[in-house]
Amino acid sequence: MAEVTARTRSPYAPVTDTPARYAREPAGTHPALDHAPYKSTALRHPKRPLVHLPHTVTEVTGPQLRRLAGDQDNNLLVHHGGEPIGERIVVSGRVLDTEGKPLRETLVEIWQANAAGRYRHRADRWPAPLDPNFSGAGRCVTDEEGRYRFLTIKPGPYPWGNHYNAWRPAHIHFSLLGRAFAQRLVTQMYFPGDQLFPYDPIFNSVRDESARQRMICRFSIARTEPSWATAYEFDVYLRGPAATPFEGAL
Amino acid sequence: MIFGPTPSQTVGPFFAIGLPFDGGAHAAPGDVPGAITISGAVLDGAGEPVHDALVETWQADPWGRFVDLHGWGGRSDLEGFLGFARVATDENGNYVVVTVKPGPTPGPGGGAQAPHIDVSVFARGLLHRCVTRIYFADEEELNAADRVLGTVPEARRGTLLARPTDGGYRFDIRLQGPGETVFFDP
Ligand SMILES: [Fe+3]
Repeated sequence: MAEVTARTRSPYAPVTDTPARYAREPAGTHPALDHAPYKSTALRHPKRPLVHLPHTVTEVTGPQLRRLAGDQDNNLLVHHGGEPIGERIVVSGRVLDTEGKPLRETLVEIWQANAAGRYRHRADRWPAPLDPNFSGAGRCVTDEEGRYRFLTIKPGPYPWGNHYNAWRPAHIHFSLLGRAFAQRLVTQMYFPGDQLFPYDPIFNSVRDESARQRMICRFSIARTEPSWATAYEFDVYLRGPAATPFEGAL
Repeated sequence: MIFGPTPSQTVGPFFAIGLPFDGGAHAAPGDVPGAITISGAVLDGAGEPVHDALVETWQADPWGRFVDLHGWGGRSDLEGFLGFARVATDENGNYVVVTVKPGPTPGPGGGAQAPHIDVSVFARGLLHRCVTRIYFADEEELNAADRVLGTVPEARRGTLLARPTDGGYRFDIRLQGPGETVFFDP
């Protein structure tokens, strides 16, 4: 099991500033599980009230999966014989906690549709072309400043069966392991100015307007690769330490 | 809190492109002493299998130590122990995790927590992860003293108990409806 012992060869010092517990997020930040406009929630959302989970040692610790990110895994353009079709983009940013502290060594995983809006997945059957040069998955680990960087192509919007003429705005799926079980987040990154925003029940499941805006990346001329790729910046904020030692205590 | 947290969104139906990894079902190697499987189904409000769910588990080793970024409690000396598993459900909604039974860990108020495994469930139709905990039905004494379990209404505690089977335990996750699993606000 070489892959699971690799963690012992960490070039980093251990993270020692483990918070005793993490802050509870403001209401309206995360979508309600029961969101009728998104039809798949109907039979899947729990109906009983959630039980408060104190942050014990199990919740303030989290797995070390840096080994999952291989050298070229943040470059989605180079895993096949040729280059994928589409607009090359750099997607980069920082992973921070809500106190503004960079979260280093965080595993960032992405997956996305190709430029035509088609996923390389057996269940995606809509008639847009697959791209033989694009798989659509990437991984990387944040550096000492919490920075990550991917090279990819801009995904297309795609139709889905939620309601008549339903289209998802272009997006890249993001998964962040954080440092602790309590910091785990799966989200989607959207592109500025998408005309489909008003019609998308998933984007609009986030009730708080400013929270919704935090899912939209921003164009960055500074991060473009001249004569090669445009660039978008996307910072992700994971919950930070609780403000007082008693917050969330059982 | 200076910055607002980034909101959660559904993992969608196509997470298999990016999230599963080789060996992801193994929180511990299958050949260590005490290796067990924890298996079960993820079911929706109609009792139908959820064939596109992702289950993640996080736990201590049998001595209550975590293999984490923080080195909490000292390094586990269980060879190959990771404490984390990530598995997708199959077409029948079933998942299997290979692991070892965790030991008791320090809990709130200075007491011990009963052996437990933290679980996140992601799926199409879930806009935020559903968090639950696996406890073990054959740990009655420790379970009775566990303060987190103690906050769960008694009539619903059984939904958090994994039942012994051949070679391990069974733990079904009912997202909704009769016997709905207790989910926590993490
Ligand atoms: Fe998608």
